[in-house]
Amino acid sequence: MTSLPRDGAPPLAIDTPIRRRVLLLARRRPTTRGSLLALLALALAVMLAPLLAPQNPYDLASLSVMDNRLAPGEQGMGGITYWLGTDSQGRDMLSAILHGMRTSLIVGVASTAIALAIGVAAGLVAAQFGGAIDSAIMRLVDFMLGFPSILVALVLLSAIGRGVDKVILAIVLVQWAQYARLMRAAAMVERRKEYIEAAVNFGLPTRHIMLAHLLPNSIGSVLVVATISIASAIALEATLSFLGVGVPVTQPSLGLLIANGFEFLLSGEYWIAVFPGLALVALIMSINLIGDRLRRSLNRRAL
Amino acid sequence: MSTKKRDTALIEVRGLTTVFHAENGAWPAVQDVSFVLRPGEVLGLVGESGSGKSVTGFSLVGLIDPPGEIVAGEIRYGGEDLRTLAPERLRALRGDRIAMIFQDPLMTLNPVLTIGEQMAEAILEHHDESRSGALARAAQALARVGISSPDARLKQYPHELSGGMRQRVAIAIAMLNGPDLIIADEPTTALDVTIQNQILHEVQKLARESGTALLWITHDLAVIAELADRIAVMYSGYIVETGPVDAIIDRPRHPYTAGLLASAATHAQPGERLRQIDGMAPRIDSRPSGCPFRTRCDRASPACAGAMPPPQGDETHLFRCHNPLPAGGTP
Amino acid sequence: MSAPLLELKGITRHFSAKRSLAEHILGAFGHASAQPKILRAVEGVDLEIRKGEVLGLVGESGCGKSTLARVATGILPPTAGSLAYAGRDVATLSRAQRLEYLLKVQMVFQDPYASLDPRMNVERIVGEALAVHKLAPRGDIAARVEKALTEVGLDPAYAKRYPHQFSGGQRQRIGIARALAVEPDLLVCDEPVSALDVSIQAQIVNLFLDIRAKRAMTYLFVSHDLGIVRHVSDRVAIMYLGRIVEIGPAQEVFSSPAHPYAAALIGAIPSLSRRKRSFEPIPGEMPSPLAPPSGCPFHPRCAHALPVCSERRPVLAPIAPGRQAACHLHAAEAAS
Repeated sequence: MTSLPRDGAPPLAIDTPIRRRVLLLARRRPTTRGSLLALLALALAVMLAPLLAPQNPYDLASLSVMDNRLAPGEQGMGGITYWLGTDSQGRDMLSAILHGMRTSLIVGVASTAIALAIGVAAGLVAAQFGGAIDSAIMRLVDFMLGFPSILVALVLLSAIGRGVDKVILAIVLVQWAQYARLMRAAAMVERRKEYIEAAVNFGLPTRHIMLAHLLPNSIGSVLVVATISIASAIALEATLSFLGVGVPVTQPSLGLLIANGFEFLLSGEYWIAVFPGLALVALIMSINLIGDRLRRSLNRRAL
Repeated sequence: MSTKKRDTALIEVRGLTTVFHAENGAWPAVQDVSFVLRPGEVLGLVGESGSGKSVTGFSLVGLIDPPGEIVAGEIRYGGEDLRTLAPERLRALRGDRIAMIFQDPLMTLNPVLTIGEQMAEAILEHHDESRSGALARAAQALARVGISSPDARLKQYPHELSGGMRQRVAIAIAMLNGPDLIIADEPTTALDVTIQNQILHEVQKLARESGTALLWITHDLAVIAELADRIAVMYSGYIVETGPVDAIIDRPRHPYTAGLLASAATHAQPGERLRQIDGMAPRIDSRPSGCPFRTRCDRASPACAGAMPPPQGDETHLFRCHNPLPAGGTP
Repeated sequence: MSAPLLELKGITRHFSAKRSLAEHILGAFGHASAQPKILRAVEGVDLEIRKGEVLGLVGESGCGKSTLARVATGILPPTAGSLAYAGRDVATLSRAQRLEYLLKVQMVFQDPYASLDPRMNVERIVGEALAVHKLAPRGDIAARVEKALTEVGLDPAYAKRYPHQFSGGQRQRIGIARALAVEPDLLVCDEPVSALDVSIQAQIVNLFLDIRAKRAMTYLFVSHDLGIVRHVSDRVAIMYLGRIVEIGPAQEVFSSPAHPYAAALIGAIPSLSRRKRSFEPIPGEMPSPLAPPSGCPFHPRCAHALPVCSERRPVLAPIAPGRQAACHLHAAEAAS
């Protein structure tokens, strides 16, 4: 029986690359288009942060303590309008948020990319070779996933100290295992398919089978999870910084900004904590919405 | 139940048309399909994938979901038109008077219930009976389809049974309430010949002994030749030829039927090339105008691009073709 | 008949069946059998495929025919037994010789959807082995692919398309082109038409016959569709529960099967010439290959079973020129 897609739109072909998939979906779904645009705008703003930001919020020389805790829209001594207000050190919140989101994105993308690379490699090796190698890798994965990620990161950072690189290291450590497990599961399914048998029949080298066949065919669902994990990596970085073990105070971070504003929340100076919080929410939500749509489009293909 | 009148129609389908809506239009999966099924009769509905044979079966029992829609025709059963029947009345008929068997038995079997639980449920939903009575009938039904130690099977879950066993359970469920009509959609396609034989054995017994009518949907002409009383051959949504088994198999008039028969391995000397129909059935959204078979047909003429011809022939043997094979000819 | 191209000697292939979680837990407490279950897919099969012949291999699901096909192609290593290709034991081959054997014995798969890598275009699929093993200069690969596609009846203009853009029959042609591209001597076809529509089946069967005529190709043709096997095969082997129960010239076996299982199987083939047949099932179920019955594996279902059948397993023995069957009935006849 000829089955036509339920929602009327032709389904995306299996081999549609992720990149094209996102674009196609964006064209169809206003929410996806919205979050894609929002993310692009945020990314652009963040990349151009040094140019866009009215001041360098971490150059203490450019800060004026006289301007501290100004409400949003107020004008400072130097004639600058602080659209999002200032914090207790007279730092422009808008500039601080732009710089903070930069850290967030760098940490999120870098840690996810490294964790993805490690996890995908481990999962692929486990699925291909099976036996003792598979057992060893998967027991390690089970062990890693057995601890709450925030706990592992907290302990690790308390031991090795603060810093953007160390935060990335901690997030990689807590996230690679989930990719390994997903990749292994996906690769195990693919490995049973006849095109892999055909490759074996052709005497193709194992490395070739893994990289040219297994990897591209099983990585799709892992990549989708990775998009969503960028968001959780960002959230984790903010949490760690908020708790005071993440990014050092001399560097910008949304988590630190929220922590700084926390004490003023009750005295009515909401902007110091709320605006960085909103920026964090916007960032995470736009990434999640895109990841969610991607996942749904992949699921439909699986049906 | 053998008292059912065997000459009056049990179900009569007239001009059934089922379309699937898509962004670029409504594509007919079933076009102007008509047939009659009498009690105890086996009608084989034969076609390749995309011919509309399964959609026809689903249309009869109202199992067409959007974007599919029945847009024309009537399905008369017991003096009522099933198309206009209230959904709850239709649901009451399904599983009681009209049963379905699917290619995949897991479509009927619930994985989290034991065989006994779901069989009892199938009885109790339609009949007032005690639970133990229902279970006893379930065990009888399993024994009828050749399942050994039925009482033990009742306590098992579908995943504990082999594929052939599951399909026999699905058939036992279909037969539970002594239906008037069983619609079987490729029920033996995934099974081995010996298990297929077992299943054909059971349904044949059912049709012969209790007067249940069978609509047997398949791509396998040989099975149908052995099982059916009449055959309807579908291509691209149309019934292109219908008639008694002997007429269709021995004296086909439509070039598609003739081509299918000629391509069977038994019609050639071993090792010789088979007679083949070139090309493939067109997709639902790119069918040629007029007769959809004309692009693959060696008898096609300019007239074939015009309208699809209406059914012609004698009372029992009908075909829709501008250039039919001569009567009495063999392929 | 000519010399064997591929010879299988005492081929056995077992799989260790995964134990369920419950069995694992019980096992840990010393209950149940601590040994992992063994699925005996193929048990001691001797088979020779002669140059230029079509050997049909039939049997029902679970009889081990697909496993045997995969052992023959080198996709699966045998648990025991040996394979000789062109007279040489495959186990003793050098790396380069082993690759040659792998390429000379090519498989055509059942599922036209799973047998092609969905992310590769046709040119890469068909030309992959040529490119990776550098069997042809880089510049010649496109031409070789084009030739293979033409041979299987596909327009070479499709070379840049992806598998999902083709119908089932066309995909099966791509799979055949992929095998032909490396110039094999033997095609092992595992249910090559059973996933296809009837009118397309005839096209693919004809393609196999054309390739045979043109290339003098040898085939191991595995299928549960006995009608098609009967049509294409010179000889046919019938498998039941991992063993060959009968082998011989196809027309003889099909017209007068000797083994009771072969007779039941062949009797079950639906035919266009029979009408209003009364279907008679073979009693009982196919036993599980995890626990095959003692003696003759078919004896619990066999109408002619003798007392000896449950005690001793009959071996494949000659019953007529070129024909062998594994059945005590025939051994008794021969003795009397």
